[in-house]
Amino acid sequence: MNDEDADRAVGRLLREHATRHRAGDALQSAVRTEIALEAAGQRRQATPPADRRWRWPAWGLAAAGFACGVLASMLALQLQPPADGNRALEQELASSHVRALMVAHLTDVASSDQHTVKPWFQGKLDYSPPVKDLADDGYPLIGGRLDYVAGRPVAALVYRRHGHLINLFVWPADGQTAPTVHNHQGYQLVRWRNAGMQFWAVSDLNGEELQTLARLMP
Amino acid sequence: MAHTRDFEALVLPHLDAAYNLARWLVRDEHVADDMVQDACLRAYRYFDALRGDAAKPWLLGIVRNNCYAWLEEERMSARWVAHGADDALLAVVPVPPDSRGATPETELWHADRRQMVDAAIRALEPPYREVIVLRELEDLSYAEIAQIAAIPIGTVMSRLSRARAALRTALADLLGTE
Repeated sequence: MNDEDADRAVGRLLREHATRHRAGDALQSAVRTEIALEAAGQRRQATPPADRRWRWPAWGLAAAGFACGVLASMLALQLQPPADGNRALEQELASSHVRALMVAHLTDVASSDQHTVKPWFQGKLDYSPPVKDLADDGYPLIGGRLDYVAGRPVAALVYRRHGHLINLFVWPADGQTAPTVHNHQGYQLVRWRNAGMQFWAVSDLNGEELQTLARLMP
Repeated sequence: MAHTRDFEALVLPHLDAAYNLARWLVRDEHVADDMVQDACLRAYRYFDALRGDAAKPWLLGIVRNNCYAWLEEERMSARWVAHGADDALLAVVPVPPDSRGATPETELWHADRRQMVDAAIRALEPPYREVIVLRELEDLSYAEIAQIAAIPIGTVMSRLSRARAALRTALADLLGTE
């Protein structure tokens, strides 16, 4: 075998057997969150912030924590009102999702038990949101939170899918529509209406898996 | 916001390649995560500097610089050891599900080869390891590799040739049975 053939054989061996490492879901989602935060921060300050490197896994996103949450909400206030109301709502929901992640105020009631989470909303809202633990389908319930969206208090249910967190916002609305996927600042939003409720699921999860959640809900 | 969308469309599809390069260079999964995350943040901040160039070699160049800075830091602080954390994992890396008849014997055969091939790549010095990973695993052109590693194309070719010669020796047993 001459050198050229031998080199080709080495190439084949490598391509067939060497490990190709893949970026995990957790890294993907960490990068997206970091970019979203950076985008929010950049609009606040003209100069880029000092180089900060944070260790992964940083559930202690809290480090950047409160300040970033404030920045994200300021961003929401600062933005020009978009042409149509839906874009404004998407923006508000995406900001709310980011804020919940950043300020470490993800849940008011942390429980995977739907019979704990559902009654918790009683007396806090003038409606009763449907709450369903979907752990068997790979979407475990993490808890619930009272949020404020579109000028009214709403229920935010928090689910997890692999390394990704999902905020599911629920409030009353008429009509029935099939789930549709929207994209806002790198976040996926899936909206649908059913059973007298309006649902908005927000996450950095891919649109397909987010739609699966929609199909599992009422 | 258009900025962010462009960035996500142009740069984020190369996250796997970025991670593969980082992981092979620093040989530790958590450090590799850090390297890629930091590189993406830098890439985002200097996204305006990417004018008409291809995003992949540009991102990989930033990842590579991060990794070399880290390797240098490790070396200086004398915490550097000859083998990265990945070497300890070598024996436990699961074999990916394979279509080619997954009998225990063939699984073992593949696991065996993977270990030997991975170990041979790992044994290369970083300048040789990176050209091999970029060329054989990421299938990049000489020009792209030259851009990433900031070396002339001639150097890419001579490093590749030396790296392959070293691999031929290290994997002689496997090559004989291919």
